[in-house]
Amino acid sequence: MEDHGSAALRSLLEVLPDTVLETHARLGDATACVDPTRILTVLRHLRDEPGLEFDMLMDLCAVDFLGSEPRFEVVYHLYSLAHKHRVRIKARVPEAAPEIDSAVSLYPGANWMEREVFDLYGVRFTDHPDLRRLLLYEEFEGHPLRKDYAKEKRQPLVGPGN
Amino acid sequence: MAGGRNSLTERVLDTPEDDLERDLHTEHHVLNMGPSHPATHGTVKFLIELDGETIVALDIQVGYLHRGFEKECESGTWYQAIPYTDRLNYNSAILANIGYCMAVEKLLEVDVPERCLWLRVLACELSRVGDHLTRCGAACLELAAMTPFLYGIEARELVWDLQELLCGARVTSNYIRIGGVKHGLPADFAVACRESIAKVRALLDDFEAVVTSNRIFVDRLKGTGMLSKEDCIRYAVTGPLLRAVGEPLDLRKDQPYLVYDEIDFDVPIGEVGDNYDRYLVCMEEVQQSLRIVEQCLDKLEKLGPGPVNSEDPRVRWPAKGRVFNQMEELIQQFKSVTEGPRVPEGEGYLAIESANGELGFYLVSDGSAVPYKVRCRPPSLINLAPMPLMLKGALLADLIPTFDFINMVGGECDR
Repeated sequence: MEDHGSAALRSLLEVLPDTVLETHARLGDATACVDPTRILTVLRHLRDEPGLEFDMLMDLCAVDFLGSEPRFEVVYHLYSLAHKHRVRIKARVPEAAPEIDSAVSLYPGANWMEREVFDLYGVRFTDHPDLRRLLLYEEFEGHPLRKDYAKEKRQPLVGPGN
Repeated sequence: MAGGRNSLTERVLDTPEDDLERDLHTEHHVLNMGPSHPATHGTVKFLIELDGETIVALDIQVGYLHRGFEKECESGTWYQAIPYTDRLNYNSAILANIGYCMAVEKLLEVDVPERCLWLRVLACELSRVGDHLTRCGAACLELAAMTPFLYGIEARELVWDLQELLCGARVTSNYIRIGGVKHGLPADFAVACRESIAKVRALLDDFEAVVTSNRIFVDRLKGTGMLSKEDCIRYAVTGPLLRAVGEPLDLRKDQPYLVYDEIDFDVPIGEVGDNYDRYLVCMEEVQQSLRIVEQCLDKLEKLGPGPVNSEDPRVRWPAKGRVFNQMEELIQQFKSVTEGPRVPEGEGYLAIESANGELGFYLVSDGSAVPYKVRCRPPSLINLAPMPLMLKGALLADLIPTFDFINMVGGECDR
């Protein structure tokens, strides 16, 4: 695997080579696909390693690749204030057990972003302090951003008859 | 009163010393504020646990304006998502237009002409002025000061009139296209814009004269809603909130896009990061944005009229004259309208500095004419998350200005 000229990818490949499954830097975005069970190890390394110091978790979202396995991809976008560089970390979790460790202990800002992913995709974050739905209401059935959730689907609490 | 002593004094004097020091039995009170409250401009619900007037805990419930932005985007063409981006942050719709279109252009690897870059910067900065004026004006209104609100909104109206001149709509602009903009500057725009800038500056002076050193305003803002620099970073807070603590992160300077590296402007920063610093940062950013707009007008005058769209056939719509007279152009027009570009398989993240902070778009394409994933990183939502931290131990009244300067916009926060 290559580091594509990115300090973050180089450091990951040197220090934690067994966690990295794939790297690319297409369109200039340095990206690493990593082992989902080691996600916290990877994020901690990126945050604390001198020279990398990715101190801001700018974004956390998920993508549903329905039909391929593992189905869900959790995507982390990191930014370093000191070095003004970025890296994207991706981890795939299977449909049968869509679970990954919560990053809240490393980045408190992950709290709401993980709640949103749980809400819209049904991916669970282990050890999250307060894993509730964020945008939708408690009685909402299903996870609407999953590709097999029909856009026109009605919910029991809204629509005619209620 | 008989005996010259009233009964209350008598009771207090007769109470044993121990009893006076013992606290009264009190319980925390949970106050439900919102989702529609006259002192918050934004549909959001606060569950506030109060000890007297002091905030002990705060739970924020968002999502009232959730309308499935991402789900809708995943069922139309790449073009059809643009009007939805207007409705994210409706105070500065063009910023979201630009963020989305630039992200699609990144995936398509399309370059736009220089004139278009300057037009986009001009549109961005007008939007930013409108957004900051709304934030500062509405903050005054919600702190019970009607007059400065009217100054602010009058100035915003001038900006929105310019926006209307530019793209035909005051609020939901739909001005930016993938690979360009809808059209270049109207003939009378530069003159109207310079006139409006002069008027906006005069209104800003009035606004500042009434507000900036107003004792009531300063007392309500100074030392309230503070968030430390470390917490801002830990929560990925960006925009004026982060700059108010003295951290000069501004993507226009730090990762320059469009033509910001050719423009002369300053990034104002605050010192302690309270609401007052946030106010000062926003007001100075308005001045800087007006400076940028003037530089864009100068440059566009120098560039003169010419193409404002990419010539790439995937995103260029043929000229109407050719569509009516040539079969190939007619077919291309038909394909462009019904299907739009097929974006190569891949993923890309693009962030711009919106009025609230980092507005990012993470797009995934499966190679088809329909987006596979359109993620919007909403600065409103991410900046709102640490609000309980800003208000821990604060008075209930501090919630109002703090929420105002976070500038949560429901359309963008809830998507």
